[in-house]
Amino acid sequence: MAPILEIRDLRKVYDGGFEALRGVTLDVEEGEILALLGPNGAGKTTLISTVCGITRPSGGAVRVGGHDIGTSFRAARSLIGLVPQDIALEPFEKVWNSVRFSRGLFGKARDDARIEDILRKLSLWDKRDAQIKELSGGMKRRVLIAKALAHDPRLLFLDEPTAGVDVELRKDMWDIVAELKASGVTIILTTHYIEEAEAIADRVGVINGGALMLVEKKARLMARMGQKQIELQLADRPDTLPEALAHHRLEPGPTPDTLIYTYDTKAERTGIRTLLNDLDAAGLVLRDVQTRQSSLEDIFVDLVKGPQP
Amino acid sequence: MNWTAIAAIYRFEMARFFRTLMQSFLSPVLSTSLYFVVFGAAIGSRIDEVEGVSYGAFIVPGLIMLSVMTQAISNASFGIYFPKFIGTVYELLSAPINFLEITLGYVGAAATKALFIGVVILGTSSLFVDLIIAHPGAMLAFLVLTCLSFALLGFIIGIWASNFEQLQLVPMMVITPLVFLGGSFYSISMLPPFWQNVTLFNPVVYLISGFRWSFFGMADVPVGMSLLAIGGFTLGCVAVIAWIFKTGWRIRS
Ligand SMILES: Nc1ncnc2c1ncn2[C@@H]1O[C@H](COP(=O)(O)OP(=O)(O)OP(=O)(O)O)[C@@H](O)[C@H]1O
Ligand SMILES: [Mg+2]
Repeated sequence: MAPILEIRDLRKVYDGGFEALRGVTLDVEEGEILALLGPNGAGKTTLISTVCGITRPSGGAVRVGGHDIGTSFRAARSLIGLVPQDIALEPFEKVWNSVRFSRGLFGKARDDARIEDILRKLSLWDKRDAQIKELSGGMKRRVLIAKALAHDPRLLFLDEPTAGVDVELRKDMWDIVAELKASGVTIILTTHYIEEAEAIADRVGVINGGALMLVEKKARLMARMGQKQIELQLADRPDTLPEALAHHRLEPGPTPDTLIYTYDTKAERTGIRTLLNDLDAAGLVLRDVQTRQSSLEDIFVDLVKGPQP
Repeated sequence: MNWTAIAAIYRFEMARFFRTLMQSFLSPVLSTSLYFVVFGAAIGSRIDEVEGVSYGAFIVPGLIMLSVMTQAISNASFGIYFPKFIGTVYELLSAPINFLEITLGYVGAAATKALFIGVVILGTSSLFVDLIIAHPGAMLAFLVLTCLSFALLGFIIGIWASNFEQLQLVPMMVITPLVFLGGSFYSISMLPPFWQNVTLFNPVVYLISGFRWSFFGMADVPVGMSLLAIGGFTLGCVAVIAWIFKTGWRIRS
């Protein structure tokens, strides 16, 4: 099956001459969740805005569901829902009317049952007759999501859906995303929270300086660059390690009685068994053992700190 | 044509109007009454008739035009400026709609509101003076066309404006003087010949003259010219809007 989103060599130069996208190429398969990570000003919002028709591309091509966003903009945009980064809502309008407006704007026939369904799912049903200005920030963000879902999009963009959102609402948001995925919606979200990408995405893309540095299956990414560490806590750590332990390349841990052993999860031999044997042979007594996996955050920091394209 | 989308925009815009219906209704009633007190009583007692029509009745078409033009402009300009200002314009830009549909929705709503004001003023006026409308069909046509064309102009101003001052600027600096000098409250023939000729460069003269003709059967300029002027003005505005959406000027970065 063809990808639901095909981006080819997409470029964007803003009027001032700033190059915000430097040839982005990306395919997104139907039904997956892609998290876009990147520092401030990386071009995440620009990428989304260009696909959605809010900014004009300077070069390249984008197809949504096989429809070119320029020549078949109606068919392409009908498939897309967008939750923008900044909360933008008409303050005096009621929640219900605001969501119904969005559905109408996309040319869909009025369907009050569907809107009720969406509002209930987003815990907004009680607020349906409230004016937007009476809502809290978190509720407003949900209204934005409701508006984006009002026309039943196949491809949903969430631009930093959890920025400035408390822990509970963030969890709610993840649940909503999981539910949408279950119903077959493809989701592309941007975030600064690595845990978020780690928790919900199938694939992770890292964008920096207007270029896509890497896109990879989350699990593969972690396996490829992921390293695991064992923190060994000893009953009594000697000042100098016995010769027999030298080849294990142990490093001092955070406290005087700990040692760190680093190994590659993908390697054929982790070396753990020989390490333990050697420790035993050297007469060192283990009090506690902990393992740690390097997170996406470490990978991300490595990439972004690395050389620019 | 995405009629559902046009209807959605139209409805959304009209909702703003209905939220403040009392204001929308009372302010033209009040201002019309004031005009009658000031112009009708104070000036009307010195000019009793203009070309066979009582002065009170004579100013009604001009009065309606003045309000309808300024209302159409301010409604339409605010209607599209506000989404730009608060950021909700993203929704219009990412929806499967084209420029014509966006324009029809906003301009249609703004023109409807202006038409409503025009009718309210007409009703209020009839409480003060005896009104006869010689050509009701033409009257309605002029009124609707004026609402539409000035709403189009307002739409352009709303897209062009990058702050609230600019939003007020054109209506205040251009439209109000043109309307006041366009024969709202006097007949062009009352001016010295030199100023009569200068006035003919004022496009508003043609609109007010045509509109007044539909009431009293008399005009400063031929009715055909009036129709031509308003038709040309409307087409000009449509052309500018088409260009704006094609280039994304001040809307799409
Ligand atoms: N309308 C614009 N005109 C000129 N430059 C712009 C415009 N919008 C964005 N930029 C620039 O383009 C670059 C990318 O911006 P963008 O908003 O896409 O970043 P982002 O990755 O979404 O950042 P953040 O995480 O802060 O939201 C930035 O350097 C920004 O200053
Ligand atoms: Mg952004």
